[in-house]
Amino acid sequence: MFKPNLKLNEIAVGKRAIVKKINSNESIKRRLLDIGLTPGSKIECVLSSPSGDPKAYLIKGALIAIRNEDSNMIIVEAC
Amino acid sequence: MKKKTEKIDYIIALAGNPNVGKSTVFNNLTGLRQHTGNWPGKTVSNASGNYIFDNENYLIYDLPGTYSLNAHSTEEEVARDFICFGNYDVAVIVCDAVCLERNLNLVLQVLEITNKSIICVNLLDEAKKKKIKIDLVKLSDYLGVPVVGSSASKGKGMKELVKKISLMVKVKTNSYLKIDYNETIEKAIKTVESNINNVNLNKRWLALKLLDDDYELINSLNHSLGYNIIDNELEEVINKAKQILLENDITSNNLKEYVISAINKKAEFIYHQTVTLGSINYNQKDLKIDKWLTSKWTGIPFMLALLATIFWITIVGANYPSSWLFDFLFSIDKYLKQFLEFINSPTWLIGMLVDGVYRVLAWVISVMLPPMLIFFPLFTLLEDAGILPRIAFNLDKYFKKCYTCGKQALTMAMGFGCNAVGVTGCRIIDSPRERLIAMITNAFVPCNGRYPTLISIITMFLIGGSLGGFTSVISTLLLVGVILIGIFMTFLISKILSKTILKGYPSSFTLELPPYRKPQFGKVIIRSILDRSLFVLGRAVIVAAPAGLVIWLLANIDINNISLLNHCANALEPFANLFGLDGVILMAFILGFPANEIVFPIIIMTYMATGQIIELDNLEALKTLLIDNGWTITTAICVMLFSLMHWPCSTTCLTIKKESKSWKWTLISILIPTITGLIVCFIVSHILNIFL
Repeated sequence: MFKPNLKLNEIAVGKRAIVKKINSNESIKRRLLDIGLTPGSKIECVLSSPSGDPKAYLIKGALIAIRNEDSNMIIVEAC
Repeated sequence: MKKKTEKIDYIIALAGNPNVGKSTVFNNLTGLRQHTGNWPGKTVSNASGNYIFDNENYLIYDLPGTYSLNAHSTEEEVARDFICFGNYDVAVIVCDAVCLERNLNLVLQVLEITNKSIICVNLLDEAKKKKIKIDLVKLSDYLGVPVVGSSASKGKGMKELVKKISLMVKVKTNSYLKIDYNETIEKAIKTVESNINNVNLNKRWLALKLLDDDYELINSLNHSLGYNIIDNELEEVINKAKQILLENDITSNNLKEYVISAINKKAEFIYHQTVTLGSINYNQKDLKIDKWLTSKWTGIPFMLALLATIFWITIVGANYPSSWLFDFLFSIDKYLKQFLEFINSPTWLIGMLVDGVYRVLAWVISVMLPPMLIFFPLFTLLEDAGILPRIAFNLDKYFKKCYTCGKQALTMAMGFGCNAVGVTGCRIIDSPRERLIAMITNAFVPCNGRYPTLISIITMFLIGGSLGGFTSVISTLLLVGVILIGIFMTFLISKILSKTILKGYPSSFTLELPPYRKPQFGKVIIRSILDRSLFVLGRAVIVAAPAGLVIWLLANIDINNISLLNHCANALEPFANLFGLDGVILMAFILGFPANEIVFPIIIMTYMATGQIIELDNLEALKTLLIDNGWTITTAICVMLFSLMHWPCSTTCLTIKKESKSWKWTLISILIPTITGLIVCFIVSHILNIFL
């Protein structure tokens, strides 16, 4: 079922999603694009750190840690 | 090692994303012909080295690993400036076959700047395990440059790479890879492009950067040209072109985004044309290790256990070689004396050279070398295996609470080896504010020059004599305790700095957790001995020798039958007493500014009033000496705390100056740990004196 405005930090460990839109500010957005987090790409939440923040996501074959406050700005669609 | 007089025929730049095995490729190509890398002093790159092929000498610069050339951090800036303006013949871009799509991003950015490139698709063995197939021929067709496949850790593909490089250096071309942007941007580029003159760069790319207001790049360009590229005429054209963009709602902010998405799109296209995917799942074995290393209950305890294990191995392992070296070096000095007497040297010279310079050197070497030879390889193994980024991952939350970022955990870890290295390592931190904080607080991590002192004091004063086999375990635990105090202070001071002179909010944080890789034991050991241990030891020797001389002079020049050293110590005594120390100890810390390793020897030397370091059979004798000179458990604890928290050594200070480009921040980096140490010692000594 499609949920509008689902955020990346709401994706549970082990679940996948497709990136829809990045609402972060310009510099963070560019950094995220650089590491391959582009709209349309598939992403999986793989790990959570001991405190639950940051979490690590599988992005285009690489595992990358992103803080919840940044993933909170990324709109995704569950899949 | 390469001699400076050797002729260099070609220069190769090695670029690539982090964690793609770039340094493995580098090590494979250069073997042991490397210049000390990864240490302060190199501005261009992490390391450089050379190799000979067909009687021609190739010099390779290993550039910092970066995801893009957008220059978010200092490391990226260094890499970008070298790719743009560096005087090299071929750029080799190393890619990770497992995540080629992301790597292509950087490849395309480099190919826009230089066509004298070769792509090295590394880690083909890992890709094969994941059933990822890459059509290298097709990839080469799309990119317009040679592509070599490799598994550098097994040495595969290196011969072909060397050969392709040797062909490429002789090719002269000036066509660049073209990335298609939308119609408006293309129009704006064309307007500017035709007005750029006399620049040996891809004009199309440069036009885009001029439109993009990439000031840092333009500054670097002007610097390398020696004049301002933007003259009145060009400025007019740029403004006209920007007008075209604005009319189509493209501002300087979203222009960058258009550019990045165009590159991403091309990367995606090429990727889909050349790669057939097997499994996209994360490696299940890695996932199991990760769950242990990062889970709520086991993550932090595991890290502490790891830290303790490394120090335990270092303490136990260094014990015997250290005393052997000590016995050996101190047994030679009488022959040195005999020799100097034989050639009729005056007595004062013999005293100065043997009792002053030689004995301080002998002490520094025997105390430092064994722990370094154990600690550095162990640490490099952790680095190689991919454990360190997990530590940063676990600790990021706490750093964020102090308004900094988890990468500071990595620079702290480097500080265990050498604080100067830790300070240089701070380049990986993107935000300048967080980077400064990491640099200022790095001294709170005890470096290799300090924990021998800490361990000796722990063993003498904090552990009751006869614990037998457990002594080393308890020493280790207490040492870890001391280190935890240092880490706590790092957090505290970081937070205070973030609230006061370095105000700001934590920036974003992205950190790659690379797959676990079996470290290449043999190579790691050789590398870490050559690059790290000998380098640090060399530095210590260079500063210890003159320091030995100065100390000998201070100890042997008498005024009113009291040595200068004692005069100074007496003058410092009342001040030092406030902090649970004595004048001699404080004097030793001051004289130890060139190298922390010599602090303890100076203390001993002064107490003995012999004006020379003499051999002490064992720690028991040393303890008696210290107690006779008024040491109590309070003194021992305060010396440890002050050793943990005082001014960074001279090398670290110079490195901070170089990295921060500011005397102000260097001074602050000296003052903050010193004041912190004094305050802590003051409080602790006064509290302890009430109870003891």
